[in-house]
Amino acid sequence: MTVNDIKNLLEAKILCGEEHIDREVHTACGSDMMSDVLAFVKDQSVLLTGLCNPQAIRTAEMMDIVCIVFVRGKMPDESMIELAEERGIVILSTSMRMFPACGILYTNGLRGGVDN
Amino acid sequence: MSDTIKLHYTVSPDDFTRAGEASGDVKSKLKKMGVSPEAVRKVAIAMYEGEINMVIHADGGDIDVEISENDITMILADKGPGIADVEKAMQAGWSTAPDNIRSLGFGAGMGLPNMKKYSDDMKIDTELGVGTTVTMKVNM
Repeated sequence: MTVNDIKNLLEAKILCGEEHIDREVHTACGSDMMSDVLAFVKDQSVLLTGLCNPQAIRTAEMMDIVCIVFVRGKMPDESMIELAEERGIVILSTSMRMFPACGILYTNGLRGGVDN
Repeated sequence: MSDTIKLHYTVSPDDFTRAGEASGDVKSKLKKMGVSPEAVRKVAIAMYEGEINMVIHADGGDIDVEISENDITMILADKGPGIADVEKAMQAGWSTAPDNIRSLGFGAGMGLPNMKKYSDDMKIDTELGVGTTVTMKVNM
């Protein structure tokens, strides 16, 4: 699926990175704990999180994640959007909660990826 | 690349929003140098965890990065409180971070274990009341 498919499936708003909307993504992870994302995630390209601070963007940067989906209607501030834009990371925001958002994406073919 | 490239960063204290700037900079520099994506990723994650640790526990500090032909060495030095029990600190899930850090997405007790996991070699020199120096090496 593409980032645009995620946007449509989750009825999300795109906040930055529209030029990357057609990028293909195959795997995702969902967590509010960035320590766990850094510890357990491998080669995932989408991060779903309710943690709305600059460290969510930094974590995505270190992990080569191409798209962050903020769940539960979280809205990043300008500085976070700027940070993501500089790094070519797409930011989406959906009013859905974590569980249904993950479930919808999983049902539509996105997977959890390889454990490390 | 025959010469060793040296980079220096100062990690500012109490500025959680900026933690990760140094790691991000190293990451993009290594990428530009054509270092393998796997090594870049290992350096980025190990150093980022270290940087976060310096902000949470040690009022910031200094990071020196040396890039040579065979490996990348990161030396993270702080003048923080030191680590009382290194063995415990290395256990996944063991944390002394305050609760407000957990609400920021860290403090799960994965910092040092992650740093060890993503580096090929790690050494901790610590003294209570004096500070901690963590040296990590990632092979090219």
